[in-house]
Amino acid sequence: MTVISRDTLFAYVLRHGDDCLILSQRLGDLISRAPELEEDIALANIALDILGIGRLLLQYAGELEAEERSEDDLAFGRTEREFTNLLLVETPNGDFAHTMVRQYLFDAYQDLLWNRLVDSSDETIAGIAGKARKESRYHLRHSRSWVVRLGDGTAESNRRMQQALESVWRFTGEMFIDDEIDRAAAEAGFGVLPSSLSDAWNHEVTTTIETATLSRPDDSSIRTGGRDGRHSESIGPLLAEMQHMYRSFPGASW
Amino acid sequence: MVTTAWDVAAAVPDPEIPVLDIAEMGILRSVVVDETGHVIVTITPTYSGCPAMKAIETTIVDELKRAGFGDVDVRTQLAPAWTTDWMTDDARRKLEREGIAPPARSGSQDDILCPRCASPDTDLISPFGSTACKSLMVCSSCGEPFHHFKTL
Repeated sequence: MTVISRDTLFAYVLRHGDDCLILSQRLGDLISRAPELEEDIALANIALDILGIGRLLLQYAGELEAEERSEDDLAFGRTEREFTNLLLVETPNGDFAHTMVRQYLFDAYQDLLWNRLVDSSDETIAGIAGKARKESRYHLRHSRSWVVRLGDGTAESNRRMQQALESVWRFTGEMFIDDEIDRAAAEAGFGVLPSSLSDAWNHEVTTTIETATLSRPDDSSIRTGGRDGRHSESIGPLLAEMQHMYRSFPGASW
Repeated sequence: MVTTAWDVAAAVPDPEIPVLDIAEMGILRSVVVDETGHVIVTITPTYSGCPAMKAIETTIVDELKRAGFGDVDVRTQLAPAWTTDWMTDDARRKLEREGIAPPARSGSQDDILCPRCASPDTDLISPFGSTACKSLMVCSSCGEPFHHFKTL
């Protein structure tokens, strides 16, 4: 029983760590590429916050394993199929509309997640969530304001925001699907059921979409697989770039 | 002995805002020296991705070793999460003198005052600034852009 729940705990911590790591890697690409200086700084700050939380989660995941892999081993030594992040966070940056829509939909989810995980029965998860929720609040406020500003902006910005929304919407359903790990984690008291975040997320997102004069895409098509390591083709180049140094020069330090 | 080790650790500056030391920032939580001379320093990170944390850790170890302490461990404590309420009044005054508007006390509805002309007529430019802990603001009275230490 203890062995099973330790494995579950590892998998649970790892998937949330992977979400953070992959999204921060995507955002990192935009440094020196954002449409304006303030936004460049904002995206870099958000990437850094998310990376920081990802590191805490991966460090903890490593401690839970028998092999005791380090955060670096977990980030740079795993293959694509071993990553358990949501498909949403690995979608390419696209244009600024796409980056912001992806960020908003994910911030709205993560803010709810951290606010629930502060009550986790696992002290470390609760501690990380307590730290993370102070930052996710800022991230959400920021990405929400962009969605409203560009959605309710010019005809062109509205068109591009709507297009971005249509393009990433199919990846949002995956955030709220409960799998075996989630159910075991929720039952053991250290995790929350993703499905239980769905109502609050829908409320937040629907309200913002309306304020932004955008229309909510329909939920007919949902893409899944990230939590099982089945990813889109776009994660390959991302991992190749992220892992290149570690794999080319094993054990290098500076 | 305990006081000395605390003093040495407390004097370590914050690398991003060198006018403040880590005790004033509320980052330094405790310093314990056991009978064998082993020092355990506990710190709480400010922002999770803040690159200053690693530098702070290294400097604490270096400074304590230089002061004659042999065996030093720096531990990171996440809970309770760091809050700007732990910053001392002295730290707030120093920030203001540096042109950085200090964080509000949590729950306070007070306006953020321009550190240059003290006008309450200030606007947010961006919630994200040159470091993780600061936002960018501008004063509508004197026109000066300035940093505000975010309330966390």
